[in-house]
Amino acid sequence: MSFTPHTLEDRDEMLATLGVSSLKELFADIPQSAHLAKLDMPDGISEQEVYDRLHALSHKNAHELTCFIGGGFYDHSIPSAVDTLSSRGEFFTAYTPYQPEVAQGTLQAIFEFQSMICRLTGMDVANASMYDGGTALVEAALMAIRSTNRPRIIVAGGLNPIYRRMLDTYTRNLHIEMEELPFDEGAVDRVKLASLLTDQTAAVIIQNPNFFGTIEDFSDISAMAHANGALMIASVYPIAMGLIKSPAEMGCDIVVGEGQSLGLPLSFGGPYLGFFAVQKAHVRKMPGRIVGETTDRHGNRCYVLTLQAREQHIRREKAASNICSNEALCALRATIYLSLLGKQGLTELARTCMTKAEYAKAQFAQIKGVRIKNSAPTFNEFMLELPCNASDLVAELIPLGLIAGFPLGRYYPELQNCLLVAITEKRTQAEIDAFVSAVKGLLK
Amino acid sequence: MMHYTKEHEWVNIEGTGATIGISHHAQEALGDITFVELPAVGKVLKAGDALGVVESVKAASDIYAPISGMVSEVNSSLDGSPELINQSPEDKGWLCKLTKITASDADQLMDAASYKTFLG
Repeated sequence: MSFTPHTLEDRDEMLATLGVSSLKELFADIPQSAHLAKLDMPDGISEQEVYDRLHALSHKNAHELTCFIGGGFYDHSIPSAVDTLSSRGEFFTAYTPYQPEVAQGTLQAIFEFQSMICRLTGMDVANASMYDGGTALVEAALMAIRSTNRPRIIVAGGLNPIYRRMLDTYTRNLHIEMEELPFDEGAVDRVKLASLLTDQTAAVIIQNPNFFGTIEDFSDISAMAHANGALMIASVYPIAMGLIKSPAEMGCDIVVGEGQSLGLPLSFGGPYLGFFAVQKAHVRKMPGRIVGETTDRHGNRCYVLTLQAREQHIRREKAASNICSNEALCALRATIYLSLLGKQGLTELARTCMTKAEYAKAQFAQIKGVRIKNSAPTFNEFMLELPCNASDLVAELIPLGLIAGFPLGRYYPELQNCLLVAITEKRTQAEIDAFVSAVKGLLK
Repeated sequence: MMHYTKEHEWVNIEGTGATIGISHHAQEALGDITFVELPAVGKVLKAGDALGVVESVKAASDIYAPISGMVSEVNSSLDGSPELINQSPEDKGWLCKLTKITASDADQLMDAASYKTFLG
C-alpha cells in the first residue's frame, strides 16, 4: 500500500468505481456550510528554506549550557550506537506487536527490556514500560488500592514534587486519601510513619534516592508496611541501582521509576520512559503490556504479548488500567544502552557519578556562606543552602554558560535559598571547578 | 438441586449450604481457562454480587453469585490447575461453597431443563 497522497489518476479511478463524476458529487450529502472552501496556506518553500527556518527556531533554545540540573531527569552520556541502532527502520517504524507472527524482533527487544529492569531492580516481573516515571508511580498507587481494597496511601516527603502533584491529579475524584509524611531531606521519619500506618493503608510510597539526593536503606519501612498489610512501593533512579542496595532486597512489592537516564536525551521534557516491576505474587494486578516467552508449534522459542485479558481492549471498563500502550522506542534505547554498559559498566558509571558529586560537595562546602543541607548520605545530587535567593543565582549563572541547578523555592516556599545540584559522569572536574568558582565570585 | 443463571453460573443447593460454578456452555465459550480469581473465605455475598473472575486466553469474565450467602470454602485446586473448569465444569471445577444461604433466591433461577431450553 502506498502511503503517499492520491494521484489524480487514483482519484478518477475511485470516483469511477463509486459511480460519481466528481468529489463535489461525492460529498453532496454534507451541508454546503460545512464544506471546506479554501485552505488558507502559504505557498510551499524549498527544503533548504524549511531547514533554515527550523534551524533559526531551534537556536532560540539555549542548548550549549553545562547542565547541573537534575530533579528526576539527568544529563547522562549516550553512546552513539543507541541512536544508530534504534533508528533502524525495522525498529523505528514498527507498530504495536499485536500480531506476534510479524513482530518477533520488537517483542524480543521488549522482553529483553523487561528482563533488564528485573535485574536492575531485583524484582520478579516487569512490564513493557509506562509513559514516564510519574504515571508509573500513579499506576503503582492505584494497583495497591485495588490489590488491598484499602483507600489510603502514605507518601514519604522526599518524593519528587511533580510526582506528588500527579498523584493528586489522578486521585482527585476517587475515594482515595494521600497522607504525606512531612518534608524531610534526610532519612524518613519512622516514628511519624508508624503513627500514620493503619489497617486502611494500602501502601507506603518512598523514593530512593529521594528528590533531594538522599539515599537510605528502607528495609525496616517495608517490614512496617507489611506488618500492617500494606504494600511497599519504591520510585527509584536506575543509574543509582548500579551501586546501591536494590529495592527488591529492601522488601518492595512494586518498583517504578524514570528510565530517561538510560539512553534518552533530556529533550526539554520528553519522551521519557516509565518502568514498572513487581514481585511474582502481584503479576496479575500489574497494569500495562507484558511480553512473555513461549514456544511455537515447532518448539522454537518465541515471544508474544501475554496476560492481555487484564487489559482495556478486552476487559474494557473493568481493566486494571486504561493504559494499552508502552514507550517501545524509548524502551529499546534503554535496552541498547544497558547492553552497551553491561553490569560492570553500570556500577562504574554509578560510582563515577557519586564520586564526582562528593568532590563537588566538598568544593562548595568551602565557599563562605554556602552549606550542604543534606544531613544523610547522597548519591549524585545534593542541596546547597545559599546566602541568597537560589533562582536569582541561577539567572546570574546562565550568561556564564551553566544551568546551576533546580531552585527548590519553586516547590517548597520555605527553601527559597536552596538549590538542588546534580552531577553526572559528563561533568568534568574543570566544569565543576568553574561552577564553584563562578558561585564564589557572585557571592562575594 | 442444580439451578442455573442467565449468566451461565450454576448453584447446587444442599441443605443450608451450596456450591457454585460455571456451566459447560460457559467453559466452552471462554476457551482454555488460565486463571481464576476467587473470593476470600468469609466474604458475604448478595445474589448478583460479583464474586470473582474467570480468565481465559481471550477474555476475563466476572462471576456473579446466583444466591446470597457467605463464602465458606474456595476450590484451591484451581490455583495450579485452572483447566479443571474446562475438564469438569459442573463437578471438579467448582469455584466456591456458601453457607448461611438464602435458598429462596434460587426461585428466580432455571432448573437444568429450563437452562437447556434457554441455551437453544
